[in-house]
Amino acid sequence: MTELFGGYLPLILKGMILTVEVALLSLFFAVILGMLAASARLYGGPISKIIAGTYTTVIRGIPDLVLMMLIFFGGQILVNNIGDKFGWDYIDIDPFIAGTITIGFIFGAYMGETFRGAIMAVSKGQIEAGHAYGMTGLQVFLHITFPAMIRHALPGFFNNWLVLVKTTALVSVIGLEDMVFNAKIAGDTLRQPFTFYVLVGILFLLITAVSDLGMKWLERRYNKAGMGH
Amino acid sequence: MDFSIIFDNLPLLFKGLGLTLQLLAISLVIGFVLAIPLAIMAASKNAWIRIPVKVFVYIFRGTPLLIQMFIIYYGLAQFDWLRESVLWIVFKEAYWCAIIAFALNTAAYTTEIFRGAIEQTPKGEIEAAQACGMSRWDQYRHIILPSALRRSIPMYGNEVIFMLHATVLAGVITLVDLFGAAKIINSRYYAPFESFISAGIFYLALTFMIVFIFKLAEGHFLKHLKR
Repeated sequence: MTELFGGYLPLILKGMILTVEVALLSLFFAVILGMLAASARLYGGPISKIIAGTYTTVIRGIPDLVLMMLIFFGGQILVNNIGDKFGWDYIDIDPFIAGTITIGFIFGAYMGETFRGAIMAVSKGQIEAGHAYGMTGLQVFLHITFPAMIRHALPGFFNNWLVLVKTTALVSVIGLEDMVFNAKIAGDTLRQPFTFYVLVGILFLLITAVSDLGMKWLERRYNKAGMGH
Repeated sequence: MDFSIIFDNLPLLFKGLGLTLQLLAISLVIGFVLAIPLAIMAASKNAWIRIPVKVFVYIFRGTPLLIQMFIIYYGLAQFDWLRESVLWIVFKEAYWCAIIAFALNTAAYTTEIFRGAIEQTPKGEIEAAQACGMSRWDQYRHIILPSALRRSIPMYGNEVIFMLHATVLAGVITLVDLFGAAKIINSRYYAPFESFISAGIFYLALTFMIVFIFKLAEGHFLKHLKR
């Protein structure tokens, strides 16, 4: 098995684990930011509405790689300017952190729009019923709006996840050793770039296929949860 | 922050902008032209016609565009027979490899958009065409395609924006597009904020322009669907 692909298969698979780690951690950031952005746009005061609206519009209008470079190189300068004031030593920004923060930040904007649409799709009657039972605003959100919106948000959420997984390929550009980066090393060493890039392409399709199964499971679970239909 | 370096390098940025627009326009045109027959094939009832197109769409939508571009630009060099053939004139150039990758990618996404629209053509329109004695070809030319393409405009607008943002990948394989120009300015002056924020503003402005153009197109072509 190790002799497959000139012994480079373990390196590629190691990169694949990193790809999945970057994707899952960015997803985590994106969901938190998305919930914040959606809540701010729906329930916030005028200022938080403007901030959240600008965030979702501006981020979706700029290519991900430009944002990633800005956060990776810019963050480096920013951190060290702050560090100078406090007398810290030179700090190197970790490409893993820069990559996950950027991707989380970008997809937070997309998630925000997905969640906003899903919350607006929850029927008014359910929410009013909650208030009629004397629930507080937070209780209504946690026990009624949130569980009901998940079902509406699932298709958009899944679509965002698929795009997010593909976007992780960009972290190889800022030097993170994901499977794209390792495919370059293996392909250049063995002079078989085609073989290794195609292999990585197939591994991306594999992640998509596994996600598909996970999504079907989630859909069944949330449709079963007795939401009426 | 010192934005004077941006003003000094405006010619470079505008040259990059030119290449970005050129890459975008050429790949969109090729992708659009490919997508129409592919969408008709994808909507076919014959599995032998439908399945190859579905596989093409699945592969190009399921893998990162960066990988597709790397396979074409770096990967194909692995094959000696290709390097010795006439085709190498095209495949050795980053410019053509970027265009091929972008065009095939947008062709796959656009095929999916058009296929959806073709399949959602109201039954009555097709029945009316059949009642008029139109051949299958005439139905597509005069009824199905004009109606499906109109209904695709909002989705296609998103695809154009997606492609604009995807052209930055050209800057990864040594081309000096808008992103490539920003990268050069950053490495020359070590000024990430100035260079990437400026490039970001350019891309944002282009995105708004595309949104605006498609809003106009929707108003013009989809008037009959407005309620």
